[in-house]
Amino acid sequence: MALLSFDQVGILGMAAAVPAQTIRNREYTEFFAAEDVAEIVDKTGIEERRFAPAGMCASDLVFAAAEKLIADLTIDKEEIDLLVFVSQTPDYRMPATSVLLQDRLGLSKQTMAFDLSLGCSAFVYALSVVYSLVHSGQIRKALLLDGETRSRVYHPKDRRVAFLFGDGGVAALIEKNPKFGKSYFSLNSDGSRGDLIKIKAGGYRYPSSAETVQERVVDEHGNISTDEHGAMNGADVFNFVIQEIPSDIKRILTAAETEKDAIDYFVFHQANAFMNGYLAKKLKLPLEKVPSCIREFGNTSSVSIPLTIVSQLQGQMDGSTKMLLSGFGVGMSWASCVMDFEGCWISDLVEV
Amino acid sequence: MDQKFLDLIKEALEIEDREPQMEDAFKEYNEWDSLSQLTLIAELDDQFGVTVTSDELKGIITLQELLDQVKKAQG
Repeated sequence: MALLSFDQVGILGMAAAVPAQTIRNREYTEFFAAEDVAEIVDKTGIEERRFAPAGMCASDLVFAAAEKLIADLTIDKEEIDLLVFVSQTPDYRMPATSVLLQDRLGLSKQTMAFDLSLGCSAFVYALSVVYSLVHSGQIRKALLLDGETRSRVYHPKDRRVAFLFGDGGVAALIEKNPKFGKSYFSLNSDGSRGDLIKIKAGGYRYPSSAETVQERVVDEHGNISTDEHGAMNGADVFNFVIQEIPSDIKRILTAAETEKDAIDYFVFHQANAFMNGYLAKKLKLPLEKVPSCIREFGNTSSVSIPLTIVSQLQGQMDGSTKMLLSGFGVGMSWASCVMDFEGCWISDLVEV
Repeated sequence: MDQKFLDLIKEALEIEDREPQMEDAFKEYNEWDSLSQLTLIAELDDQFGVTVTSDELKGIITLQELLDQVKKAQG
């Protein structure tokens, strides 16, 4: 059982950047009838999403967020000793995007930099890794950058996924400081369900070829996709979430020796309003403690938890705020954590 | 339990003009699609405490068979 805990490490501040280009789902009707789209929007609660224009990468979004955060907090870049970039939509297959961002952000060559590839669980996973490194070493400040251009991952002619995903990037500055208390993490994986969300081609098991880019009908409903695009079994993802996440929440609350009522905010991965609504109901959580940005940004994979914090909780976390974060998805991979935010700075949302 | 189950089906699939019957091949209903399937999953979890996977659902044709699966899952 991967239960970790740290002391005196915490988040100084957070910033987020989204593309200015806004897609209104009810008007996103090039391939599907407006009434079918409306039914999907009603169910998923996703009214709008942000799409990165051609040429804009996840790294560009996190770069904008990082510059904003560093400027707002007047951080000396020399003090940043660790940079972790979290994404499944990197700039290149190699080199790692984190290393390119070290140079782009003007960080020292003594910066430890690496990428971490997970999906919707990744922000919590990466926090645990960053906390561990900061906790154990001589790292003065760590920059956790998490960006996704998931809008490009799914085929617009596959109605099961065409209306769900959006783009965004976030930055979080983490440091060791006696003002921070204990943090607790529960980290999990289940590769037996690896097929539930998958892009089959483009890696080394199924390299890209003329066949993998061919559009074809992929199900009995006439949805069209290619092997280069993401496929998702929504029903079984939902089954996974209701089987695994409530028990993981219980596990992390027990590990943190706290109770549901003591948590100020439960920030879940923003999958869709139906799934998140049912999860909150199953856990019997009061809705005012469960912030959401699914309506305006859709599912942004690993970005969704920090994007919810930045876009919904600015000005609402004065002093000490007890947070429970829980991410779950592709892998399947899921992670939860409990920690107190101590006067965490939240920058204004950046549009790129 | 049978009536509770049929009520659940009617509500989950938003059937308004008729009463679902145990022998119905429910996946042929107009109301059945991937969205209503999500509601069905949630209601089965909420009211009966069971999950029915896509694979299990593939082999199921009638509501009676679905109810049998629910009972089996409940143990």
